[in-house]
Amino acid sequence: MGAATSVPILELLHIRKAFGGLVALHNAQLQLSPGTVHALLGENGAGKSTLIKVLAGVYRPDDGQIILNGTQITFDSPADARDAGVAVIYQEPTLFPDLSVAENIYMGRHPIDARSRRIEWKTLHESVRELLKNVGLDLDPRERVRGLSVADQQLVEVAKALSLNAQVMVMDEPTSSLTPDEVERLFGIVRQLRENGVAIVFIGHRLEEVFAISDQITILRDGTYVGTFNTSDLTPDQAVAYMVGRQLETLYERQIGHIGEPLLRVENLRREGVFSKISFEVREGEIVGLAGLVGAGRTEVARAVFGIDHLDGGSIKLHGKVVHFNSPRAAVRAGLAYVPEDRQTQGLVLPLPISQNVTLPLLREMTRAGILQPARERALAEEYGNRLRLRARSVRQPARDLSGGNQQKVVLSKWLATRPHVLILDEPTRGIDVGAKAEVHRLMGELAASGLAILMISSELPEILAMSDRVLVMREGELVAEMARDEATQERIMAAASGLSTSFGVAS
Amino acid sequence: MTQAMEAAGATPDRRRLVTAIARFREAGILFVLLLLVVVTAVRSSSFLTSANLQGIALDITILTVVAIGETIVILSRNIDLSVGSIVGFTALFVGVVLKVHPGLPVIAALGLGAAVGLIFGVGNGLLITVGRVPAIIATLGTLSIYRGLVFVYSNGSGQPEVTAADLPNSFLNLATETVLGIRVFFLVPIVLLIAAAYWLQQTRSGREVYAVGGNPIAARLAGVNSGRIVLLAFALSGALAGLGGVLYTSRYAQVDTLAGTGLELNVIAAVVIGGTSTLGGTGGITGTLIGCILLGVINNSLILLSGPGEAQFWRGAVYGAIILGAVITDALISRRLQKALRRRHV
Repeated sequence: MGAATSVPILELLHIRKAFGGLVALHNAQLQLSPGTVHALLGENGAGKSTLIKVLAGVYRPDDGQIILNGTQITFDSPADARDAGVAVIYQEPTLFPDLSVAENIYMGRHPIDARSRRIEWKTLHESVRELLKNVGLDLDPRERVRGLSVADQQLVEVAKALSLNAQVMVMDEPTSSLTPDEVERLFGIVRQLRENGVAIVFIGHRLEEVFAISDQITILRDGTYVGTFNTSDLTPDQAVAYMVGRQLETLYERQIGHIGEPLLRVENLRREGVFSKISFEVREGEIVGLAGLVGAGRTEVARAVFGIDHLDGGSIKLHGKVVHFNSPRAAVRAGLAYVPEDRQTQGLVLPLPISQNVTLPLLREMTRAGILQPARERALAEEYGNRLRLRARSVRQPARDLSGGNQQKVVLSKWLATRPHVLILDEPTRGIDVGAKAEVHRLMGELAASGLAILMISSELPEILAMSDRVLVMREGELVAEMARDEATQERIMAAASGLSTSFGVAS
Repeated sequence: MTQAMEAAGATPDRRRLVTAIARFREAGILFVLLLLVVVTAVRSSSFLTSANLQGIALDITILTVVAIGETIVILSRNIDLSVGSIVGFTALFVGVVLKVHPGLPVIAALGLGAAVGLIFGVGNGLLITVGRVPAIIATLGTLSIYRGLVFVYSNGSGQPEVTAADLPNSFLNLATETVLGIRVFFLVPIVLLIAAAYWLQQTRSGREVYAVGGNPIAARLAGVNSGRIVLLAFALSGALAGLGGVLYTSRYAQVDTLAGTGLELNVIAAVVIGGTSTLGGTGGITGTLIGCILLGVINNSLILLSGPGEAQFWRGAVYGAIILGAVITDALISRRLQKALRRRHV
């Protein structure tokens, strides 16, 4: 630590923030000085976005201090933070699609005539024209935002932040949807702001960008502060090591079984604007891990394979035969199962009992002469409940009452009951406790050993490493690396996912 | 008035697309209106007469006044189902007050109605912003409560509570008396339409209504006080419904406990047909005026073309069909739009 020779303008100290039982930040800190670009690094789920939202007044920390110019303050709302001189450019553009560019920039702050209270459109449009010129956008201020490309929308966000004349400007992955030219233009703006004495927080996943633009780097891991470094004192490899830092947990011990014929094979899958050139296969008895950063397009690929989203190109082969799924129903019939990431909204009908959740895809089989047989439903649910060691009072209990891990077991039961050949798991252990996690992993191992082909999407590198026979890495909608179990390491996966190096080409 | 829509973009293609979408809704409804006018005029010679057109205008005055408030509420991504009951209560209340104090000036009667409506509207707004009850449930509740107050306030005989004989002439003549050559009865909605359009387009709080309805999260991040805006929208809707109640008493000169029952459905129909999205954030006063005129013309042409008795039955069905048509068109457009945007993003 050292570059901070000047007095910090804004400090976040010992920040703690939990959501329900899940602790997102344990002990985070960040010190910002005028005229510096400060990068915030960390894996998915390390707490970067949460920390930013604390800084922006969106979340109130459970504990810790925010110190502005030497005095401790609290932000009760985003407006408070804004008034204190903090401008934030969020990862997702937060715009009003049906309003003009100018209004998007000045919403809530329209210049008004002091006497008539009428909005001064001329002043507004002139000022916006100036701002747009600064960010290099050739747009009419009166144009509606709805028709703009994502990159243009992102630059409108930048213009909005500029209009605040903020002392602190936060950019949460501003480059993720920009082309290299646009990134360069954005960096020009960032350097200009730095010269004007603004403290800039930059969050980015592309390490080369982080190293190109930042003066200092703070690293977070699992919601905890790891350290702050001068960028010039750190190498990208060291940064990655600090980010993944933890010891490999020895929880999961997977027996590698017999790997057979390819069951699922996809070639050149493409969905416009989302992903392209996706080719891979998953074999009988094999677990293939799909790694990558949030937003790399992994879930989107899974959804398209499962027939939820429409594909714009490419082919899917199941057991060597070309198939077309125009609905999840068709995919289920063909022997595919997809366990979505968000089990509460996509995987379960929370008010319904466990038994009815399990039999939802199988209602036809649960009927006699067209009438549902609840006893049969319960028997089936109990059978899978026992197999998965589901902890519930009875299968009549509503799914809502279960813990995260047990909810996940219900979702798994549901899909296993359809007797699939290929199982796609999206973040199978996110948000569930360690014990339940180990059980889900044990179960995955058993399923693979019984001949299932499993594609597992996971953002947790230890999980990917422990469970996968083969690891695929996606970045920005494309497959960028493929590694065998014994060549995969956290560092290599992180490097490929963040575009640091492409030394592991796709074997195709 | 359509500052925000005057898209004059850099690239002509994009501009054309954006402009087409921005203008389509009102153009579509205008086209339907025009079609209906032509068809009716061809089949009935009495349609395009000054007397008939003024009759239509008289018929939609109350609808229009109440619909202005409902437009503001719907723009903020809420709904107000209680307006019919507010009209009913203020109609009766102001009628009874005038019965007791016949000397009350017309302007005071209007002010009294607006004030009573405002209180009811604030009640709705507080339930939704402070009580955090969803608007559809909150106003469904107050629809019944406010209607119940009408019965409490009346003597409950089931007979008209106020009749023409109870009301001063100055008040009953609102529909015929003129100021600056315009009938007073038309002056009220005209002034309100202009004021509401000006407020929504030209003032900060008006634009914040669009922001809150268009993207509540972005509005919060922009520092907009959403609670204040929603409360304001319901307060205005209540006050305008209160004014509508006073006009009701003047127009029909006879008020019973069922006055204004079911009006909320026509009001919402007019707003939605006029292109204000039930998802909030898009639409406006111009569209609502067109929606009100369209409903008035449908009503009138059904009476002209089929006779007053039968028209009653048809009207409900045609209203329903048009609402569905408008909503389906809306959905089709936004689906197209999303696809086009996804393409362009590549």
